[in-house]
Parts: sequence; structure tokens; C-alpha cells
Amino acid sequence: MTGEAPKRSGLAIWLPLAVFGAFFALVIWGLYRPADREVASAFIGKPLPQFNLPAATEDRPGLSTAEMKAGKPRLLNVFASWCVPCAVEAPQLEALRQQGVEIDGVAIRDRSEDLNRFLATYGNPFARIGKDDLSEVQLGIGSSGVPETFVIDGKGVIRHQHIGEIRPEDVPMILEKLKEAQS
Amino acid sequence: MIAEIGLAVLWMAAALAVLQLFAGFSALRPGGKALAGVVRPLAVMQGVLVAISFLALIDLFLETDLSVKLVAANSHSMKPFIFKLAGTWGNHEGSMLLWITIMAVSGGVVALVEKRLREDTLIATLAGQAFVSLGFYAFLLLSSNPFERLPEPAPEGQGLNPLLQDIGLAFHPPTLYVGYVGLSVAFSFAIGALITRDVGPAFARAMRPWVLGAWIFLTVGITAGSYWAYYTLGWGGWWFWDPVENASLMPWLAATALLHSCSVLASRNALRAWTVMLGVIAFSMSMVGTFLVRSGILTSVHAFAVDPERGSFILALLAIYIGGALALFGIRASTVTEGERFSLFSREASLVFNNVMLCGILGIVLLGTLYPLMTEAFGAKVSVGPPYFNPVSAIFAIPMMLMMGVGPLLRWRKDKPSRITATVAIPALVVALVLLAVVLMFPSIRILPMLGIAVGAGLAVGSWLPLRGRNLRRTPFAVWGMVVAHCGLGVALLGAASESAFSTERLAAMNVGDTQSVGPIALKLEKIEPVAGPNWTAIEATVTASYKGGTPVTLHPQARTFTSPPGERTESALHTRWTGQLYAVLGNEGDDGRWQMRFWWKPFVPLLWLGGLLVAFGGLLALIGRVAQDVKRVRVNDKIAFRKTQQDMLK
Repeated sequence: MTGEAPKRSGLAIWLPLAVFGAFFALVIWGLYRPADREVASAFIGKPLPQFNLPAATEDRPGLSTAEMKAGKPRLLNVFASWCVPCAVEAPQLEALRQQGVEIDGVAIRDRSEDLNRFLATYGNPFARIGKDDLSEVQLGIGSSGVPETFVIDGKGVIRHQHIGEIRPEDVPMILEKLKEAQS
Repeated sequence: MIAEIGLAVLWMAAALAVLQLFAGFSALRPGGKALAGVVRPLAVMQGVLVAISFLALIDLFLETDLSVKLVAANSHSMKPFIFKLAGTWGNHEGSMLLWITIMAVSGGVVALVEKRLREDTLIATLAGQAFVSLGFYAFLLLSSNPFERLPEPAPEGQGLNPLLQDIGLAFHPPTLYVGYVGLSVAFSFAIGALITRDVGPAFARAMRPWVLGAWIFLTVGITAGSYWAYYTLGWGGWWFWDPVENASLMPWLAATALLHSCSVLASRNALRAWTVMLGVIAFSMSMVGTFLVRSGILTSVHAFAVDPERGSFILALLAIYIGGALALFGIRASTVTEGERFSLFSREASLVFNNVMLCGILGIVLLGTLYPLMTEAFGAKVSVGPPYFNPVSAIFAIPMMLMMGVGPLLRWRKDKPSRITATVAIPALVVALVLLAVVLMFPSIRILPMLGIAVGAGLAVGSWLPLRGRNLRRTPFAVWGMVVAHCGLGVALLGAASESAFSTERLAAMNVGDTQSVGPIALKLEKIEPVAGPNWTAIEATVTASYKGGTPVTLHPQARTFTSPPGERTESALHTRWTGQLYAVLGNEGDDGRWQMRFWWKPFVPLLWLGGLLVAFGGLLALIGRVAQDVKRVRVNDKIAFRKTQQDMLK
């Protein structure tokens, strides 16, 4: 059997090139996809866990799950007086409050005297502030740092998680998410 | 000055590569014969120039010339000599220069020594080698210049990552590199043969020593890398299926398949298209692996700022070379005739089976490595680890290893099952007995280690059977090589399976003077004291260990703190016996002043690396045999030619 052997079927021969083409398309996508810093939380779409936090300051009540189901979307801000980015986002929270957004705070591992000084300096946009000294609620809603801001819909379901401080350019996006949570 | 010379010489080498490509290309056209004579000298010169450039970079690192950016970023004047040397290739730019050096030097060697191949195929091969090199020259010179100077010399270098300051890692990457890039020669041979439609035994014989050589280096590199990970990372594992490891495994799998199909083509003139395709794929896997590791594409979930420039450059090279070669294969393969036929029960058929299994493993490793990226394209983030790789690769690996007990016993072309049944019964019996013994003695053993031990033992024994009935003195080196390499694989599998089934671990908080035990070993923490090395300080524990009450040996696990750059590393201590290995790690001091110590007893784990080295040694034997055979053949041919000219002159 030499020279006159039967020719191979054409398709199998192109298979390696086809596999390479698929690989190429995949890595092109992988290389040029927008840098994906957002880790979509597994808690999105889940109801808030049951909690009942004592008040962190004297002039604001504490925070429990029941109050987060008021029928209207609201923000849940995880913050602390010892956290510098939390001070940075304070004007944005204030701006949101002035647009009628209700904001609740969870103060993480904080002391009331520090907290009072922080709120006096940077403003207090919160309707309620719960005291979370062991980060129980923080971990329970899938937050790994401060500040983080959650959009909670009227039924107490987590609809969005914003990691890091809210910058001025993030405000429209937060308002958008609140509107989405309304529907 | 040295840096400028290095860079200038590198540019000249790139220019020669351009010449080599065009001279080779035009020599292949009708009427271009005039240029045919310059291709070989060009390839040799190019190799010499690049070697000079690489030596220049080594010199800069040894002198710690801190006016060179690369040296300042990766070296330090206080580093020990050996790590200054290793610093040359322990970074992106230097390793790319090493890559191109190996490529050009091996191209030069091909040009010097290759005499059997048809001249036009050889010229096409060298042109192909120049074509591939050019991409890497461009990459090096345009985006990763290793000789770049700093505007101001740095006062001191930034040093080398402490994890890399290890003698194993100083030589592990270049070993792998020689393997990766050695496959580029096979790639170029495949391209050359496709261009001139000269796919035959001569092509396979020319390619075979290169594939064998590259494969030996890959085997040693992977074995050494696995041992390095085992003792440096300090948690006792030896293979993690992470993308970097897979990047080295995939070319090895392809090269193993290529090696075997090359043998079929060389001795039987069969599997022509298949061999050419594997020649293309093996080096493609080297490039794909390098791309996956260098571009940061697979670790980009963890890295916030990945600069896609380097990745894009390598990706463009992949598109040109792999895409181009596979397209050429698609166009030409249908004109490559099928070669000799063989029956379903023959040595060839068993080799085809193993080739398919190897490609299967290659496919699942590639799939598993890319899978996180694929699911991410559909919006889910996953990671793929041993629970996928181990069982899925075993589906292919176990039939393959069983076949390895049968295939080498078969005759070429056509054989009768009845001829070998008695012989095959021996390893089959070993597998069955070991399986039975393991199940009876360790009823709770998991299925993969159980199969691994049985198949490994069977292969370690069965691999010697092809020597039966042979005159051992006259058995060719290549056969010895095959036997040793196959045995090595069985031995390695035994070690791996035993490690995974029988390892015992002890985590303890110990005061000085406390005793512990792990497996058959009794341990005592004798003292804890600080020690100092050239560029590190460490806390060192002195532990005595005695195996089943025998004479105690002393181990010194350390927790090292490096000064330049600052970093920490555990230095585990090992005590190796024939029956296994004791692995000791010193952890932190607890609040109560006790030290966290971690010990493993890993029965028979040294077999894993011993097996890996046996595989490489088998390859070396085969290579020596093949080269000696070739040299002899060339001598005989020369003698015949010489006699002929003498006779002609007499006439």
C-alpha cells in the first residue's frame, strides 16, 4: 500500500484548527473583557437573615429585620467610625437621603463615643443604626468589609450589593437600583 | 557596555533570522537553488549570536549591574552566586531570551548535523524555524527588552522572590524551557515536511532525537517541579492541577504521543498524517501553556490590573503559528498518503490506542484548565480542581497503562493473540493479586488509589517482559529505554497512589522536650533556636525522629525570613527511607509558648520522583541508542560515498 491509498475525509483534518479557533475566540474574550471587579454576591435575591441589633447611638433606634420589610426599598449601609472610606462616602449618603432615600446603618465593631464624634463630623443620614460588635449581621448578609451598601426591597430581600465607598458617580446607579427594587 | 553589546547582537540575530526565512523561502522556489547554500550557515550564525546575547545577560546579572532595569528589578548584590545566575531567567524578559536562545541554538545544531533529510525539506524546516523565531524576536525586542537601561542606576536591586530562592527552582524552569522549545524543532520539521510533501520515515528519524531530547527535559522538569512544590510550599502536596502545572503537563502529553507515533513512522512508515499533526500540536501546547501562564488570563479573577499588552502579543503569535500550521496541515494532510496498513491486533494498533488515550488526557486537561474561563463567559465563576482531574484523567490513563503491558509484546503489522497470552498473564496476575491484597488489607481504601496501586505494580513488573527471550547484551538501547521508562511510570504511579491512600498527618502544639508520633515514627522536639543564612534569618527546630524505635535521626525544619525583598518561607525538613518519607514543618509560636508542628508520614512517596527520573533515564537510554545508530549509519554512508568517488576516480 503506497501512493494510491485512499484520501482521508476532509472534516477530521480540520478538527484541530476548529478546536484552536474556539480556543482563540475564548481567550480573546477573556483578554479583552472589562476588568471584572464585581463579585456578584450569592446573597442577592435572598431575604435578609433574622436579626435584632441594639441601638448604637442614643438618638437613633436599633435595627431589626422586621423594620427592613416596610414595603418601600431602602439602603442598608455597613460602616464604622474607624473606617476612612466611610467618611469619604458620607456626602453621597447625605445626598441620597435628601432625595428621599431611607438609609439604615449597621455600625461594625464601634464605640458609641467614637460613633457620635463621627456622625457629628460627617453628618448622620441614618434612620436607624444597629450595633454589630461581632460582625454577625455583616457576615450574615455577605459583606466582607466596610463600607458596603445593600439595596433592600420592600419585602426585605437583598437586591444589590455595592462594595466599597459610594462615589459621587455611583449615586445615579444606586438610585436606579432602588427604582428597580420598587418594581 | 555589555548590555549594549547584548542588545546589538540580538538585533543582528533577528536580522539573520529574516535572511534565513527569505533565503529558505526563495531556495524552495523553482530557480532559487543559488540561495540554498546560505540557509545552513545563517542558522548556525544566528544560534551563535543569540548565545552571545544570552551570555551578556548572564554577565549583567552576575555583576549585578544595577543600571540595567531588569537586573535592578530582579536581583540584589547580596544574593548568593547561584541565585544571581538563576535570576537571569527567573523573570519574564530573561526567560523569553532563554526561550529564543534555545530555539536559535537548536536550529543551528539542526543545520550543522542533519544529513539524512532531503535537502529541500531541511531548508523548509530551517525557514520554518526562522519564521517561528521571528515572532519571539519581535516580542523580545519590541515589548520585553531585557537590556533596557535605567535613566539613573538603582542604588540596590529589589531582589528575587524568596519562594524562588531555592536550588530546585533555580534549574527547574530552564529545564522545562529546553523541553518546551526543543519541541519547536519538531514543529519546524513538521512544517518543513508539509511544505515539501516529504512525510516519511526519513522525516521521522530526523525528528525523533529532538522529540526524545525535549521529552527528557520535560520529564525531568515536571518531576523536579513537583518535588519543589512538595517540599517548598510546606503542605505536603505534590501536584495541584493548577494552570501553571497543567501548562507543563500538556506539552509532555503531546510529546509522549508524538514520540510513539514517530517510532511507528520511522520503522513502519505508517501514521504519517497523525505524526505530523502531533508535531504541530506538541509545540503548540508549549506556546498555549506559555500564553496561559504569562497573560494572566486564568488568574485575572485575583489580579486587579492585568496589562493585556503582553498577552495580546503572545496571542497574536499563537494565531499566526498555531493557526497557520494547522491550516497548512488541513490543506496538505489530504495529500499525505496514508502509509502502510496494519491489522487491529498489532504493535501499531496498540500505539494508536495509547496515542488516542494520551490525546484524551491532553483534551481533558486543556478543558479543565480553560473551563473556569468558559463558564465565566456564561456568567458563572467556578474553579476546577482534583475532583475533576483525578477521576477523569484516570478514565484514560488506566486503560492506557494496561495497554502498556500488552503493546510492547506485540509484533509489528499483524500478530496473533495466542502468541502473547502466556506472557501477558504475568502482569495480569500481578494486577489481580495486588488488587485482592489491597482490598483485603485496607477495606476502606478509595477506588482510585486502589486501582493505582494495582495497575502501577502490574506495569512495573510487566514492563520488563519485552526483554524475555532476547539476548540481553544485544538488545538495542532503545528497547532498554522503553522498558525502563515504562517501568518508571508504573513506579511513579505506585508512589502517587500510596501517598494518596496511606499518608498520615499529625498537627501538634509542642514544647521543647515534648514527644509525638506519626505513622511508625516517634518524634521529639529537642530545641528551637535562631539561625542566620546569607540573606535570611530563621527560627530552626531540632527534631529527632526514630523509625520503629531505631536509631534516631535529626531534622531541622525552619521558618525563614528573607531580607531582600522581605518575605517568609517555610523550609520543611525531610527524612527519606526506602519505605517512605517523614515530612516536618515548623509553624508559628502560639500564645502559650508552644510551637505548632506539622508532621506527615508518607509511605513510598519517594517512588513518585524515583519513577519520574526512571522515565527520563529510559528516554536518555533511547536517545543514546538512536543517536549512536544514526552516527553509525552516517559513517557507513560516508564510507560508501567515499569508496564510490575513489572508484570513479580510478575509472
